[in-house]
Order: sequence, then structure tokens, then C-alpha cells
Amino acid sequence: MKRVYVNEKWCLGCHLCEYNCAFANSDETDMARALKDIKIHPNIQVEENNGIYFAVSCRHCDEPLCVKGCITGALTINDGVITIDKNKCIGCYTCILSCPFGAVAPSEEGVVQKCELCMKTHDGIPKCVQGCPNAAIVFEER
Amino acid sequence: MIKYVIIGNSAAAIGAVEGIRQVDKKGEITIISNESHHTYSRPLISYLLLGKTDEQRMKYRPDDFYEKNNCKTLFSKTVTNIDSKKKTVTLDDNTSISYDKLLVSTGSSPFVPPMDGLDSVKNKFSFMTLDEAKALDSALTSDSKVLIVGAGLIGLKCAEGIHAKVANITVIDLAPNILSSILDTQGSAIVQKHLESKGVVFKLGDSVQKFTEKTALLKSGGTIDFDVLVLAVGVRPNTQLVKDAGGEVNRGIVINERMETSIPDIYSAGDCTEGMDISIGQNRILALLPNAYMQGECAGKNMAGEACVFDKAIPMNAIGFFGLHIITAGTYDGEVYEDLHDGYKKLFYKDDLLKGYILIENIKKAGIYTSLIREKTPLSTIDFTLICENPGLMAFGREVREEKLGGLKR
Ligand SMILES: Cc1cc2nc3c(=O)[nH]c(=O)nc-3n(C[C@H](O)[C@H](O)[C@H](O)COP(=O)(O)OP(=O)(O)OC[C@H]3O[C@@H](n4cnc5c(N)ncnc54)[C@H](O)[C@@H]3O)c2cc1C
Repeated sequence: MKRVYVNEKWCLGCHLCEYNCAFANSDETDMARALKDIKIHPNIQVEENNGIYFAVSCRHCDEPLCVKGCITGALTINDGVITIDKNKCIGCYTCILSCPFGAVAPSEEGVVQKCELCMKTHDGIPKCVQGCPNAAIVFEER
Repeated sequence: MIKYVIIGNSAAAIGAVEGIRQVDKKGEITIISNESHHTYSRPLISYLLLGKTDEQRMKYRPDDFYEKNNCKTLFSKTVTNIDSKKKTVTLDDNTSISYDKLLVSTGSSPFVPPMDGLDSVKNKFSFMTLDEAKALDSALTSDSKVLIVGAGLIGLKCAEGIHAKVANITVIDLAPNILSSILDTQGSAIVQKHLESKGVVFKLGDSVQKFTEKTALLKSGGTIDFDVLVLAVGVRPNTQLVKDAGGEVNRGIVINERMETSIPDIYSAGDCTEGMDISIGQNRILALLPNAYMQGECAGKNMAGEACVFDKAIPMNAIGFFGLHIITAGTYDGEVYEDLHDGYKKLFYKDDLLKGYILIENIKKAGIYTSLIREKTPLSTIDFTLICENPGLMAFGREVREEKLGGLKR
């Protein structure tokens, strides 16, 4: 299955992936309008320290602790993609307790949000990867 | 074709079905439960009363789960006996069912210590099942004065669930601190204050000496008037079936890391068991839903013939009250790193290992700490100072990140 992989040495720390993610998950068609004056809560987040940068998003694990531990059944695996049913989730954050990558986060509504490889919103290549200027994140089979 | 029989229909049982079906698509699975419902998320009963979910959304698996996994269900039936020689289970209607592989995932039951006068209380409830939650709900009015005995997870989740529906809630507990099984004194004071700010009244370090129908006379001398009583003192694993069948039982059903009991072809998983807590290296009961599911899944695979080991169990809890989130894991042993500025954070470490942690309010990326405990990562191999301040993958070496984020397999 294709996943988002990180080429750490190429990451510039530009955070464009975060903006593209936030835009892709908004209901807006215009990027400027989608992101203007808001604090974004992207599903991919750049970690940075001492000149090292890399972007972290859901690994879509084969044995996902978040899904196994989900107390409601809101997190499921669909064709390998780990998705969240926000209507079922009650925001207990057991998945945040479980994810070894820190890739699940509370959303503004209280339930959790996570990367779904743009499956619900777009087809094909996730927007974070499409917008990465330096191939520091790629969408491939490895 | 293997005949699988599963007693129980909750997290551990569902885990087992999913475990079996990963290996064996054909075998016959029969699920027996003394509850009448489609599998539901037990922890959601408080959210149901709160109005944050409903009976449809709180189903733990979709409506077509049994059909898709080709399971036969026998609901509202209680297993009364296991005959491990004949390999049959007997139900309360005297029918018997034979098995090749049996899973006991019977969970736990509320434990009610003897209390003087308890029989005279008519409006009393436990808070473990959907039916109990609904029964409690129908006894509540906006004038209700509710007394909850037990300031643990279940008692306090109940308090949160019914808070908006009743006039007042008092919670009494023998322990001096609330949530004493998962929080230290300081952390529990924060959560207590938060609950008190919502109107919940606590009587701690106290107990009921005697009940009459609508009053509780306290050991400390005072009395509390109530019209609804909730008993949430504790739970006990349902071990009787295995005990009677001659299986090894301590406080919980004893299992190995393949979820086998001491009786051949009988497996057990979930709240009824006692398994290895790797954060202390001792057997104990870990009554947690993720643990129940993962034990169940592991049991299922083994039952279907695929060798599987589950040896990563630790205590861990994610719980919230009125918007205040708490995540904890492991044991609180060793030296302490604390940061009380952005919420409440305590990390406990010893012998080059993270042993446990408590996070209140700022719970972001907690799983990174959990994984350090679960994987027993030597702290000397990571930037521990950095990860204390800020949980992230930055604290690991680049090679580790190439594996974790780059999909490199070593
Ligand atoms: C109010 C509440 C809140 C909770 N919140 C959380 C939380 O936030 N996070 C968390 O991790 N855990 C939580 N828990 C604990 C969690 O619900 C349990 O860990 C989990 O349900 C265990 O699953 P299980 O399959 O082992 O057993 P159970 O869910 O207890 O299911 C066992 C089933 O077996 C049935 N059964 C028993 N004996 C027989 C018999 N002889 N014949 C037929 N059927 C039988 C029982 O009726 C029951 O339906 C909570 C529990 C409660 C009550």
C-alpha cells in the first residue's frame, strides 16, 4: 500500500505541508480564504529542533494500536487507510494515549482528527505530498 | 472445521472474532452473552446519559458485524457451566453447546461490600451495563439527590453523565483522594477541584456506616439525604466458570502470554483475566478496553492456530471529565520529572526506563511516552531531556526515524 514517507534530509522546514493539509481539510475552495487569520490544525506536523526538520503524519500502521484500542469503534481500517468516524468518536483520547508517533490529535470540536491520506477529500496523492517543494515527503509503496 | 465458542460479547470477544477471522474464515463461531444487545462500547454508557452519543452510535461494531464475520449469536443466555472433558458449555436454559476452542471473556461484575441497611434502599444502581445505565436514567428527575459510593473511574464517569439531569451529586469514598488508582495526590486534587467547580460534592476518607431508604449515616457522624444511590465501589473479575472447571484462578483467571488458561483449549481475555503488567513485571488485573481487545485478538489467533503472543500490557487510561483530559500510563515509581506550567505533567523513570506518566490538560502526543514504557526504550539511547519537555520523534536518533517515518525495515 502507498503511504506517506519522510526523506528527512530533504526537509526544509517550510511547513507548506501543514498549510496544504489544513486547506485540503477545510471546506473552502480558495487557499487564502481557508487559512486567513486562523490557527491551523493540520494532520501533518513538522517537528523542528537545532536545524533538523521532518514532517510527521499517521503511518497507517499494519497493526494500529489506535484502532485496536479505540473504545468506541470510531477508528477503523478501510483498505489499509486508518479513518476516523467523527460521528462515533466521543473524544476520550485513548488513541492519543496509544499512538507511538503522536499522529492523532484533538480537533477543535473535541473529537480526534488524523491523516486519512486525503481519501475522504481528494483522490490520488495526498495534498501535503503534492505541495512539498523538495520531495521531503513522498507517497509511495515501500 | 473448528468450532469456536466465545462467552461474552464485548471488547475481548470482538477482538477474538477479528483475530480468528484473520486466520480462519470458515470455522463456526458462536457468541454467547447474557446481555441482550448488539455489541456496544461499555465506556460509552455515561456518554449516552450525557447525550453525547446514542444507542446506534455507541455500537462497538457495525450492525452487520456478526453477519459479515459469520458468527452465530446467543443473547440473553448465561453460561452456567464448562465441562472441559466433554468440551461443552451449558446454558441457563439447559442446552449444551460443544466447542473445539473456547474463549472465556466474561468481564467483571460490580463488587458490593456488605453495608448495613443497604437492603432498605430501593433506588439503587450499579453502573456497568447499558441496561443499568438506562434503569438509572429512568429513575432520575431534575430534583434527584444522587449519592455515588466510589470516587473511581466508573463512579466519576457516572457523575459526569448524570450531572445535568439532577439536582445534586455527592460522591463518597474511603480513600482520601479521588481516582486513586490512576492519579497521585497532587493530580487528583486538580481533578477534584475541577469536578467541584461543576457542583459535584465530595466526602472523602469517609464511608457509609448505615443506610436507611433515603439517608446514609456516615462514619464521620454526618448524614447525607439522597433519593438515588449508585454503587461504584469496585469490580471483580468473573472467574467462577473457569474456577469450577478446575482452571487456575487468582484474583483473575490466570493466562499465559498466548492467552491460554491452565485448561487445554480454553482461552481467556479481558477484564476477567490476570496478565503480566510489563511496567512492574508482575501479574495483575488490567481492566481496560484496549487491553481486552488486544488480548482477545491474540487469543483468537491462537485459537485458530496461528501462534501469537501479547506481552505488551501496561496500565493506561485516557479519561476526561467536563472537558478536562487526563492520560496516564505505567507505574509511578522512580525519579520524577515534572512540569506544572502547561497543565500537569509528571514522568516517572528508573533504571534507564520510563516507568509511568501522568498528564492532565495538555495530553498532546502522549502515545510517545506510552511507547517508551511499552517498548522499554533505554532512556540513554534518546534525548531524554528533550522528550521530557516535548514528546516527539526528535528525541530519537536519525536511524530510528528512518525506520519509523521512512519505512526502512532493518
Ligand atoms: C462506566 C464505565 C466506563 C469505562 N471507561 C473506560 C475507559 O474510558 N477506558 C477504558 O479503557 N476502559 C473503560 N472501562 C472499562 C471497559 O469497559 C472494560 O475494560 C471492557 O469493557 C472489558 O471488556 P471485556 O470484553 O473484557 O468484558 P466486558 O465488557 O465486561 O464484557 C463481558 C461480557 O460477558 C458477559 N458475561 C459474563 N459472564 C457471562 C456468562 N456466564 N454467560 C454469558 N455472558 C456472560 C457480560 O454480561 C458482559 O456482557 C469502563 C467501564 C465502565 C463500566
